Amino acid sequence: MPKLSAILTLTSSLILGIGGVWIAYNVDMLPVSASMNAPVYDELYRVLFIIGCILFIGMTALVIYSLFQFRRRPGETGDGIDLEGNISLEIFWTAVPAIIVLFIGLYSYDIYDRMGGMQPLMHDHSGQINNQVERVWGGIGSGPIESTSTKNLSSLPIELTAMQFAFIFHYPKGDIISGELHVPVGREVNLKMESKDVIHAFWVPQFRLKQDVIPGQPTILNFTPTKTGNFPIVCAELCGPYHGGMRSNVIVDEQEDFDTWLKENSKEQI
Amino acid sequence: MTISLKPGNTPPEKLQPTGWLKYLSFSLDHKVIGLQYLVCGFFFYLIGGSLAGAIRVELTSPLSDFMPREVYNQVLTLHGTIMIFLWIVPVVNGAFGNYLIPFYVGARDMAFPRLNAVAFWLIPPSGLMLITSYFINGAAQSGWTAYPPLSITTPAAGQIIWILSVLLLGGSSIFGGINFIATILKLRRPGLKLMQLPMYCWAMLGTSILVVLSTPVLAGTLILLSFDIVAHTGFFNPSLGGNVIVYQHLFWFYSHPAVYIMVLPAFGLVSEILPIHSRKPLFGYTTMVFSIMGIVVLGLVVWAHHMFTSGTPPWMRLFFTIATAFIAVPTGIKFFNWVATLWGGKISLNAAMLFSCGFIINFVLGGITGVALAQVPFDVHVHDTYFVVAHFHYIVYGGSVFVIFSSIYHWFPKFTGKMLNENLGRFHFIITFIGFNLCFAPQHWLGLNGMPRRVAEYDPQFQLINQISSVGALLMALSTLPFLWNILQSILYGDEAGDNPWNALTPEWLTSSPPPVENWEGEAPLVLEPYGYGEKDSTKTQEQLK
Repeated sequence: MPKLSAILTLTSSLILGIGGVWIAYNVDMLPVSASMNAPVYDELYRVLFIIGCILFIGMTALVIYSLFQFRRRPGETGDGIDLEGNISLEIFWTAVPAIIVLFIGLYSYDIYDRMGGMQPLMHDHSGQINNQVERVWGGIGSGPIESTSTKNLSSLPIELTAMQFAFIFHYPKGDIISGELHVPVGREVNLKMESKDVIHAFWVPQFRLKQDVIPGQPTILNFTPTKTGNFPIVCAELCGPYHGGMRSNVIVDEQEDFDTWLKENSKEQI
Repeated sequence: MTISLKPGNTPPEKLQPTGWLKYLSFSLDHKVIGLQYLVCGFFFYLIGGSLAGAIRVELTSPLSDFMPREVYNQVLTLHGTIMIFLWIVPVVNGAFGNYLIPFYVGARDMAFPRLNAVAFWLIPPSGLMLITSYFINGAAQSGWTAYPPLSITTPAAGQIIWILSVLLLGGSSIFGGINFIATILKLRRPGLKLMQLPMYCWAMLGTSILVVLSTPVLAGTLILLSFDIVAHTGFFNPSLGGNVIVYQHLFWFYSHPAVYIMVLPAFGLVSEILPIHSRKPLFGYTTMVFSIMGIVVLGLVVWAHHMFTSGTPPWMRLFFTIATAFIAVPTGIKFFNWVATLWGGKISLNAAMLFSCGFIINFVLGGITGVALAQVPFDVHVHDTYFVVAHFHYIVYGGSVFVIFSSIYHWFPKFTGKMLNENLGRFHFIITFIGFNLCFAPQHWLGLNGMPRRVAEYDPQFQLINQISSVGALLMALSTLPFLWNILQSILYGDEAGDNPWNALTPEWLTSSPPPVENWEGEAPLVLEPYGYGEKDSTKTQEQLK
């Protein structure tokens, strides 16, 4: 009998594992990925989804199975089995989550590093912010990422001012002020963000990046778009009555189209 | 401190009003105060739930067309504040704590009965003040987090009333916390060791430690915030040199532990309910105790995971990622132990058991998304989105509120001497469970795909999912009707419960239902094995009950 229960446990664990992986690879819950660090993020998401599915389905199945298998039948009296604990079992289910959590932590550290989170804040291609004396905070990707990219000539500096209830973008090169963010595909963007009033948050879901825009404390966000198109910029921090309407767009163009836009809107000769 | 187990430990009988009027008076009886907390909390739950309904109606269409945008922000601020500070915290701590802890330690009342009554009577005026602020000059509209500078720049009257109200509610919490610690540690019946206490005592001890350590920080922070609003000081106001991030650190130092202040007592209550209705000893008592204390320690060092997008240095992000994720270990132990408690039992599928098992399933999902949110790279995408709304509601509604209902079904016979209708209770569970999951499960998708939280208007592509979510909310709202009907019907016409309808061993069941003023007519029973169920113990159980 113990052999049979071991085989059953092993088989159901195997089915659970395969089921979890199948669900994670067949249920797509993320929007299109359009920045260089989005696929890296999606990799972490997938791993978390697989582990989450296995744990959730496993625990739910155990609870439902127990409720049916061990339910009190009509006319049945008395108590259940006299089982107060089992040290080896408890060590097992303390150790397994600890190992899983440790694995997730180390793996997400690696992802964090690959997304540029561990890059020194002031180390960027443009050198635009090295001279800043104020305290600057960086989001993920505060330093340059994937600098080996062939298209990545140098980062494009853009300044973002957030206010109730708009994002205003300023391009130092050409002194352009725009309500929409225009960027070329494949080139790193260095976004320096400042708020005029309350806390806002710059979020592009397709880039998998978000960083608060904080009054009195500039923040930096670097990213490299990888897909042309029009993606939403969403304010994710409650900033007042029109918070839900504080939306804009990031328009990712081919380099030539971006250059044309830059030339047409530039106040100075570029 | 000396203890007396003889009748007369509590204030004289003449101070205690009798009949139903005692529930509207400054009663010093811990059981009356517990029920005052419960009924008052449920009153605010209905108000907070109505506000949630208004939010879901607004979100059935992408435009802000049901209420003005300012009002929407007031509604969401009131909803969050009421549900946390006036419903869950007072009920899982104040209501069940006050009712059960003196029984569990073998005392005739709490250590400080007058302080106990003061703690309760701070709540109704604070809550009413908070709600009436809406009619004075508009309620606070900066969310339950009240982040400056928004909370400094929105109309001051509502925000100041919000601060005052939360300060009073925090004071009530601290009084309660001190009282629980003193009662559990100093009023224990001689011969009763700490490791023989029912698990809810440990949960309340851990929770009270968190309350006493973290709530004063929130109080201090809100006082500084009120100075910024009224006296134009610059603690958090960046235009006067203040730092908005410092507020976030101080706020979350309380408000993350607040999650454990809401769920640890729920863990304790489930640990009482499961063994009784599965007729099994609580599995792994000692590890359950250590896991509670592990959650307390870790719960105090994880607050900055709420600030991963606020501009935190990399080392801080890593520390708080690891610390937060590790809470899954002691929490996981508890879940496995609960399932092991069910395993091999003789399970009664009554409403109390169903709500407790519903809690386990919901909380597992909330916990899994919590571990995901602890990871910085994952969090930067979904922070401040509906993913977080979903996760949070799986923890506090799917967790704490399910346990509150489970506990009401379980202890109602003790409170009133009457049985609740089980069929109505099961019906209540089914609608609540379906409605809850229909409402909040799709919100994970919303957050991942780009819908931020706290918005009255949103991208039209999210309309269908929002409508599904609103249908779930409607079901949740409707589910309160069979519950309320059941309560009223059972109080008036319910079957007599007898002293111990569940054949339980914990001390509150070893007295009459409802219990007398000082809990026992004679000496308090000394219960050294509150979970002594199981085949071998069933004879002993019956003998003990005689």
